[in-house]
Amino acid sequence: MDYSLVVAIELLREVAGLILIATGLAIVFGMMRVINIAHGEFIMLGGYTVVLTTKQGVNIWIAILILAPLIVGIFGVIVERLIIRHLYGRIIDSLLATWGLSLFLIGFVTVVFGNTVEGVTTPFSAIAIGGYTVSIYTLFLIFAAMAVIASVYLTLRHTKAGLIARATMQNPDMVETLGINSKLVYMATFGIGAAFAGLAGGLLAPISGVVPSMGALLIGKAFITVVTGGTAVVAGTLSASSILGSISQSVTFIFGPVFGDATLLFVALILLRLLPQGITGRIFTRSV
Amino acid sequence: MLRNIHKDWLGAGFVAVLGLAILIFVPVYFDLFEVLQMTKYVVLALFVLSLAYIWGFGGILSFGQAGFFGLGGYVFAVSAINMGQTTIPFLIAIALCVLFAGALGYFMFYGRLNDVYLGVVTLVVTLILYKLINHTAGPEYIIGTARLGGFNGIPSIPIMTLPWQPDQEMEPAQMFQYFMAILIAVYVLLHVLIKSKFGRVAISIRENEVRTSLLGYDVRLYKLCIFMIGGAIGGAAGAMWASYQTFVDPNIFSLEWSAKCLIWVIAGGVGTLIGPIIGVIALEYLSFQLGQTDFINNLIVLGTILILVVLLMPKGLFPTFRDIFLKLWRRRGGQGDGERPG
Repeated sequence: MDYSLVVAIELLREVAGLILIATGLAIVFGMMRVINIAHGEFIMLGGYTVVLTTKQGVNIWIAILILAPLIVGIFGVIVERLIIRHLYGRIIDSLLATWGLSLFLIGFVTVVFGNTVEGVTTPFSAIAIGGYTVSIYTLFLIFAAMAVIASVYLTLRHTKAGLIARATMQNPDMVETLGINSKLVYMATFGIGAAFAGLAGGLLAPISGVVPSMGALLIGKAFITVVTGGTAVVAGTLSASSILGSISQSVTFIFGPVFGDATLLFVALILLRLLPQGITGRIFTRSV
Repeated sequence: MLRNIHKDWLGAGFVAVLGLAILIFVPVYFDLFEVLQMTKYVVLALFVLSLAYIWGFGGILSFGQAGFFGLGGYVFAVSAINMGQTTIPFLIAIALCVLFAGALGYFMFYGRLNDVYLGVVTLVVTLILYKLINHTAGPEYIIGTARLGGFNGIPSIPIMTLPWQPDQEMEPAQMFQYFMAILIAVYVLLHVLIKSKFGRVAISIRENEVRTSLLGYDVRLYKLCIFMIGGAIGGAAGAMWASYQTFVDPNIFSLEWSAKCLIWVIAGGVGTLIGPIIGVIALEYLSFQLGQTDFINNLIVLGTILILVVLLMPKGLFPTFRDIFLKLWRRRGGQGDGERPG
């Protein structure tokens, strides 16, 4: 009983991790059909924000929940102004340019902070479940992922901004005709996507530490979660994260983390072969 | 008609003759270190040709071309260590890469995956290979007498021998000439292929997939063939790389290699063959020089180049300069001959 509870928590943690790293990417992809390869580096920047500001004595919760998304979000807006806005509609070129940005950021951070792992202490202690211990921070991560996905859903579904965003996804020309500056919408969306990346980086920093090359490992997972999910932000991210996360974590339990990661990628391949437009391209097509 | 054929072949013939001249004269006039350095460029040029072909002339943008490069290197390493000779391992490496490309291509093209999804799948497969090979450090991962070595890589890979002299390792100059000959042969063969009926259909697929399939061509099969050809070239380059370095480690599968390959092609110019070769030499030379200075990070340079090329010169360096040159040439009253094949 205790063991299965621990296993369930571990599965949920993997799913939560995927949700956190993929949400920002899914928003940008669903909205603008831009796959931002530098997303992993945005996460890395969020992690560094937390590490640096807590070293200066900032409260860790302020650093994770406010500073990391804020700073990376502003950075995202700058990137959108400088690079992305020239490349709308040129899907391959935007991929390539963001890949360039990704390499640039890895190099830049390596030069500034060095190629070493930096860490922050994990807040909260651990609790015991029977003979096992579970970090409370893990439970907090699962909660944070649920909060993230719920806030995206509620914003898209029940606010004016969400309505405009969904309309722009469906038909940007019509939205322009109705007097809304779709360029502004795109800029805001990219900034919000970046902010979610920053938040993910901040939340993951206490667990995994930060290192300049961490983005490359994350972007692969985030990327396939988004593509497997398809274009619907909430339903896609949720369904793909659940399927991929629970399968890979189960394999991890049996064969170790490397095979878990490999299985995640392999399952994504099979899913894409069966559903080339992603899960929400075929199922849940009317969801957000 | 005759004039057209003449024009088509002018550029390629010029490049081939230039290549032969380099093959003959470089070992005579340059010292050992420079010859070794140039051998590296030759191998990387062959690697970049694999992507330049499938992307430029088949419209298949692979984000994981390093997968074939690495696979070729590893297969060559393992089989050469086991067999004690290099010619057959070289062929095995190419054959396995073709098979792998066939299997992967079947997945992708018969699933009708389009551009972004194609990029994701190729990237993901390369990541899988990277992770799996990285994991093979333990002594239980052994194929014949070759230990895979995980992140430590495989050391002391045999240097290639000439096919007709299996007992004698190649001298650096010989290796340069042998690899250069392969590069020229592949370049010319690709050119022939592009000008053939197969190549024309491939280009029409790149331009408009739906229209081509409505004209009765099996787009999936064509793309599969193109991808397998690219896999063969990438695998050959990987085997040559492993033999040149006498060492191979999992970083050969890393995103950085795939990114580099892509940057060389896009900087040199998509849709030409010579452009990416120029791209590889120029950028590798640049990063070699910058590497000497030690205070500029290589990735910063690569990233900046990629962003700037995409934003400012989406056609790539070689086509941009070629068009400027042709425009000036015409203005001066010369006989502009339109598109010159690269």
